[in-house]
Amino acid sequence: MDTLTTAVPPEMKISLGPLHLANPVMTASGTFGYGAEFSNLVDLQRLGALVVKGISLEPRPGNPPPRVVETACGMLNAIGLENVGLDRFIHQKMPFLRTCGSRIIVNILGDSIDEYAILAEKLTLVTGVDGLEVNISCPNVKKGGVAFGTVPEMAAAVTRAVKNATDLPVIIKLSPNVTDIAAMAKAVDESGADAVSLINTLIGMAIDIHSQKPKLANIIGGLSGPAIKPVALRMVWQVARTVSIPVVGIGGIGTAEDAIEFLLAGASAVQIGTANFYNPAAAEQILTGIEAYLSRQGASSIHDIIGSLRTTI
Amino acid sequence: MREYQENSVVQAIDRLSDSFHRLTLFAPRIAAAARPGQFVMASCGTTLDPLLRRPFSIHQAFADGALELLVKVIGRGTSYLSTLRPGAELSLIGPLGRGFHLTTHGPVTLVGGGIGIAPLLFLASHLPTDSKISTCTVLLGSRTNTDLLVLTEEFKQLGCQVRTATDDGSLGHHGFVSELLPAALPGAHMVFTCGPHAMMTTVARLCLDAGIRCEASLEAHMACGLGACLGCTIHGAGNTYRHVCKHGPVFDATEVAWTP
Repeated sequence: MDTLTTAVPPEMKISLGPLHLANPVMTASGTFGYGAEFSNLVDLQRLGALVVKGISLEPRPGNPPPRVVETACGMLNAIGLENVGLDRFIHQKMPFLRTCGSRIIVNILGDSIDEYAILAEKLTLVTGVDGLEVNISCPNVKKGGVAFGTVPEMAAAVTRAVKNATDLPVIIKLSPNVTDIAAMAKAVDESGADAVSLINTLIGMAIDIHSQKPKLANIIGGLSGPAIKPVALRMVWQVARTVSIPVVGIGGIGTAEDAIEFLLAGASAVQIGTANFYNPAAAEQILTGIEAYLSRQGASSIHDIIGSLRTTI
Repeated sequence: MREYQENSVVQAIDRLSDSFHRLTLFAPRIAAAARPGQFVMASCGTTLDPLLRRPFSIHQAFADGALELLVKVIGRGTSYLSTLRPGAELSLIGPLGRGFHLTTHGPVTLVGGGIGIAPLLFLASHLPTDSKISTCTVLLGSRTNTDLLVLTEEFKQLGCQVRTATDDGSLGHHGFVSELLPAALPGAHMVFTCGPHAMMTTVARLCLDAGIRCEASLEAHMACGLGACLGCTIHGAGNTYRHVCKHGPVFDATEVAWTP
C-alpha cells in the first residue's frame, strides 16, 4: 500500500477562482522581467504562472539611481515602476510570453481608477493573457497621492472598476503598509476580486553613515527578501481566515520549506520574488521540493496541506 | 549568445597584492561563451546574508574551461570570495551583458584604474593579432605599486606597451592614470577604459574632444544581472536611463551622461 501511494505523483493543480494552474508556484511581478530574461536559466513551462513586471498605460522611466541596496537578509528597491507601457508590452513582450508554455498573469498599475479600468479592458483583448494582478500600492493622483491599497473604499473601487472592465480572472495584490490588512482583503473580496496576493514590499530605508545620505536616491524603498517572510506569513494567515477567495502568498520565499509554510497558513499558491535574483533556479527547486514534501507526508494532493495549520497545542 | 548558471570549482586563488586576489575557477560553459567586457554574477556566501550575488568583470577566460576573476576586498561579499580555497564551489551566472566591440583595425589604447583593470587583460588578449604587437598601449593606475606588478608583466607578455601611474608615486607617474592619456592619444584609433567613475569621465571627455571612439565599462549595484530587477541604472545621454547589466556594462562614451 505504501509503495502504491508514494509511486503516484501528488496532485499539484490549484485554482484561483476561474484561473486554473498546473501547480501553485508562480514568479512575482518585478522579479522576473517579461519572462525572456530567465528563459536560458529556468524551464518556464514548469511555472504555475508567470506574473510580468507591472504595466502602466504609458511607459515609465523609473527613479534616478541608486535604486537598489542590500540590507540584512533582504534588499530595498525604489525602481519607480519603470516599464515599457501597455503598447510595447503587447507588441514586444507578449509574442514571447505566448510561446513560453506558462500561464501569463499581467500585473497592472495606474494613477487613477480609470487607468486601471482601461488597462484591464485592453488586456482582455490580448491573446495569451490568462489573468490580471492589480498593484494597488500606487498613489491615487486624484486623491492627493494616497495609495489605493491603504484605504479599503479605494481598494474596493479599483477592484469593481477592473472587474467591470474584464472577464479575465482578477487578483488584487495587497500592500502590507496598512494597519489592518485583513480589512483591505475583505473589502476587495466583497467587491468581486477572484483572489488576493500578498504581500507587496514593506516600506523601508537605509542610510550611509559616512556620507550621511540615504542609500536610495528615492530615500525610501520597498523591502523584500527573506527578512520579510515572518511578516508576510502572519498577514497571509490573517487574510486567509478572513476572506472566502483564494490567497496567494508572497514575501521572502526562497525554499520549498518557506513555500510550504505559506500553504499551511492558508495560501493556495505562492509567488517567488527576490529569490529569482539570487537563485534563478528557486521556483523550479521549490516546485520539486513541495512535491517531495507531499510524498513524504503521504499526501495525494496539494490541497491536503493548504490551510491545514494546526493551531491547537 | 546565452548565459548559464554554473557551479564552478575554485582551481586557485592568488593574492596579487594587499588589495587584489585572483580567483581561477573551472567554469567550462561560461568560459567558452565569454567575450571581453562581459561579467558574471557570483554568489558571495552560503547563507542569506549577504543575500545577493555580486557582479564581476571576466578577467580571463580560457579554452580549457578556466575563468579568472580579479577580486578587490571591499565588503563582506568580496571578503568571502578572498577566503575560498581550491576545491570550493562557487555558483556563477554568466556570461552577462554587452562586452567591448573590437571594430578597429588600428592602434588602441586601454586605460584601467584599480580593480577596473580586470576586464582589460581579457580584452588585450583578444585584440586582433595584426594590431596586437606594439600597437596596444595600456595605461594602468592604482593606489600603489604592488597592485600593478603582476598585471603589468602580463600585459607586456601580450605585446602591449605599458605605462603606469600610482597615487603614491611608487611606480611610474605620480598621479592619476588619466594624466597619461593625452600623450597616448595621438594615433590611437580607439580607447577602452574601466575604472573609477571620475577617471572614466576624464578619459571619455578627452576622447570625445579628440574625436576618438571610446568604450567604457561601467559598474552599478545590481540584484540580478539579467535585466529583471532594473536596479542598475545609470544616467544615459539625452536624459535617459540605461541599465548596466543589459545595455552595458560596456557603453560607447557617447551613450553616457558623464557627470559632473
